[in-house]
Amino acid sequence: MSFEINVPKEKYDVAIVGSGAGGGMAAKVLSEAGLSVAVLEAGGFYDPAQEEYRTQLRWPWESPRRGANTVRPFGDFDAAWGGWELEGEPYLRKNGTSFDWFRSRMLGGRTNHWGRISLRFGPKDFKRKSIDGLGEDWPIGYEDVKPYYDRVDKLVGVFGTNEGLEDDPDGYFLPPPKPRLHELYLKQAAESVGVPVIPSRLSVLTRRINDDRGACFYCNQCNRACNVYADFSSGTCLVQPAMKRGNVDLFTNAMVREVLTDGNGLAEGVVYINTKNLQEHRIEARVVILGASACETARLLLNSKSAAHPNGLANGSGVVGRYLHDSTGSDRMAILPALFNRERYNEDGVGGMHVYTPWWLDNNKMDFPRGYHLEYWGGMGMPLYGTGSGMDSMRQHIRDEFGNSSPNGGYGAGLKKDIRTMYGSAVGISGRGECIARYDNYCEIDPNVVDKYGIPVLRFNYTWSEHELKQAQHMHETFEEILTAMGGILVGEKPGAERDYGLHIPGRIIHEVGTTRMGDNPATSVLNKNSQAHECKNLFVVDAGSFVSQADKNPTWTIMALSWRASDYIVEQMSQGNL
Amino acid sequence: MDRREHLKLLLAGGVGAGLFLATGCSQEDVQQSEEILRDAGFGYGRADYEAEHDKKLLADTFFTETEFEMVKVLSDIIIPADEESGSATDAGVPDFIEFMMKDYPPFQLVTRGGLMWLNNQCNSKFGKTFLDCTEPERLEIIDLIAWPDRAAPEMQFGVRFFNRMRDLVATGFFTSQMGVEYLDYRGNRPGFWNGVPDEVLRNHGLEYDQKTLDECIKEEDRYRIAEWDDDMNPV
Repeated sequence: MSFEINVPKEKYDVAIVGSGAGGGMAAKVLSEAGLSVAVLEAGGFYDPAQEEYRTQLRWPWESPRRGANTVRPFGDFDAAWGGWELEGEPYLRKNGTSFDWFRSRMLGGRTNHWGRISLRFGPKDFKRKSIDGLGEDWPIGYEDVKPYYDRVDKLVGVFGTNEGLEDDPDGYFLPPPKPRLHELYLKQAAESVGVPVIPSRLSVLTRRINDDRGACFYCNQCNRACNVYADFSSGTCLVQPAMKRGNVDLFTNAMVREVLTDGNGLAEGVVYINTKNLQEHRIEARVVILGASACETARLLLNSKSAAHPNGLANGSGVVGRYLHDSTGSDRMAILPALFNRERYNEDGVGGMHVYTPWWLDNNKMDFPRGYHLEYWGGMGMPLYGTGSGMDSMRQHIRDEFGNSSPNGGYGAGLKKDIRTMYGSAVGISGRGECIARYDNYCEIDPNVVDKYGIPVLRFNYTWSEHELKQAQHMHETFEEILTAMGGILVGEKPGAERDYGLHIPGRIIHEVGTTRMGDNPATSVLNKNSQAHECKNLFVVDAGSFVSQADKNPTWTIMALSWRASDYIVEQMSQGNL
Repeated sequence: MDRREHLKLLLAGGVGAGLFLATGCSQEDVQQSEEILRDAGFGYGRADYEAEHDKKLLADTFFTETEFEMVKVLSDIIIPADEESGSATDAGVPDFIEFMMKDYPPFQLVTRGGLMWLNNQCNSKFGKTFLDCTEPERLEIIDLIAWPDRAAPEMQFGVRFFNRMRDLVATGFFTSQMGVEYLDYRGNRPGFWNGVPDEVLRNHGLEYDQKTLDECIKEEDRYRIAEWDDDMNPV
């Protein structure tokens, strides 16, 4: 029922590698401008509205593993085909360091299962070096991106509220959903210790924004991708609508292995391998746009060597793959006795938190330079694999009417009742913060290993600096302060230096950015301020590779805004005969 | 044509359950369409390689008959029937545990070894296997390993084995249809979230402030296409 193309046109105006947030947005904008567009996606066709792909509204027992994460890393119903490891497509780590790389091979890529947290960067986020002397300033400012954020808000849809916060700018928001019960508890507790809590900002349609997409019906399953397109994913909201309007050919199962260049070093098109039959094909185009994800795009550039680009395409500076950075992340959980034996009602809500906390402190007064935001979780969610377990250590928190603790462990009708008593009483906080981009955190081509398509693979070198460690230490102080203020029983121990203050392994927050960063100086950046390669004028990058710094914000909204901006620039340059 | 046949026809035409949801059909219609689609072999949204993997695991058998009998007995010790619901075996938990052994191979040795360890304890103490023991005899052994905070140090392996079985049985039960009903989970159906019910708010001494009430989505607005004024506020 899909409409992929397998016979390419002779030559396209534009070839786009990747169908995620960046590639999808470019496909939409450029095709509407009348250009002929080829979109190459390494994975298969996917559409959550079609029954064969639907995992939404499934019950836990429909999965033989009850939703466990043995096959899909975020659970059996999660809408990501792929994971931390793909069969036959390895990557390596250098110098004993760690980096985990999540790849999702499907139309729409990782936008099918993402958390929908949609945050604009603020004015300071583009100029951090000017503030604290670390990293680098962007060659553009908020005022350059604001018009595109505005357009993305209206086109894609995001709920939230205008709070007038300097670095968490207002937008064109849909009305947010009311907080759930645990969120009211968290809000009250956080505010009592001086931590502000505001409605979250998620790209979920609490109101309809057009005739093609439905309104949210509150099943809490955005990570399963939405049957009525009430949340944003690139395949359903950008690529498929663009294909229906025309001018876009989608090639699925098309693993691009090289960008082709001519004798002058200009891009001519791409070579891809059909992953189903391993045949090689070429797509010729006037402009090549990479939106394969920050690391995959870096890999593709480094693998595209030629006489004109001996160090890899657009890599005379040696900066491709450098300045890789992912968000910091750490979490803490508590049990809230006030929620034992809760009244039952349907509190699924949207697929994510209804309230959150943007960074609220002044780094001039802290011992670390960059901020983090707080995400809140809990509630009476669908029972899935893991529900009811852990009673060997958790059961003691239940007390009878005389105040006596239940014993840990056990069995029988009493255990069964105690599990029911505890259901919906867990709450948690996740901190997600900004890591400072460093030259020494990078991915590069491993000289010894190729994947099953014969394409050289990446190896990673990544360490946290004391800035990130101190930030994570502070996160945990905040977590304990809020959770304790709400009367929660903290679960587990506060992690110390020996455990990197609970920081997740780099890559695990899946916000990796920075590998082809933009800048005014071709010696220290790959792209100019229009996401155009300094060394190859008809080559653009529209994924998060272009980020100079990532902010304490999730990257997707900025990816789409910058992709739209780059696309407008391409249309303008083409009409002026420069491309 | 009856309703089910009508639904079948619609679904054969490629109308997904989503359309039903969007057009506000009854819960019964949704449920029936899901059954029809399941019968038609759609699985539950599997990619081809995943469907093959599941099929292979389901075709394999891990537990011996004796082991499987032991798993059944342990399951109903951990989650028995009571006045409100059936037991773990009534909910199909042993089949789920059999599947998980193959789905997550690190479970295999510790579970097989744990069941043997249990037999060894019974043989030493009563001169017979766990299955041949009487119920009081079985519970006498189980009580040595079921309470982590008071178990003897030499019982640590048994404690860990029983912790794992407790987790598997409990999670198997509470993710079954019977367990979800016992837990009284009310979600996984289309609706509108209009906030915490008033009575619940009162019981917890909480309320929505006026700002929240003013700015949050109202049910009558959800299908109206959004527009904004010049100050970026929704109208």
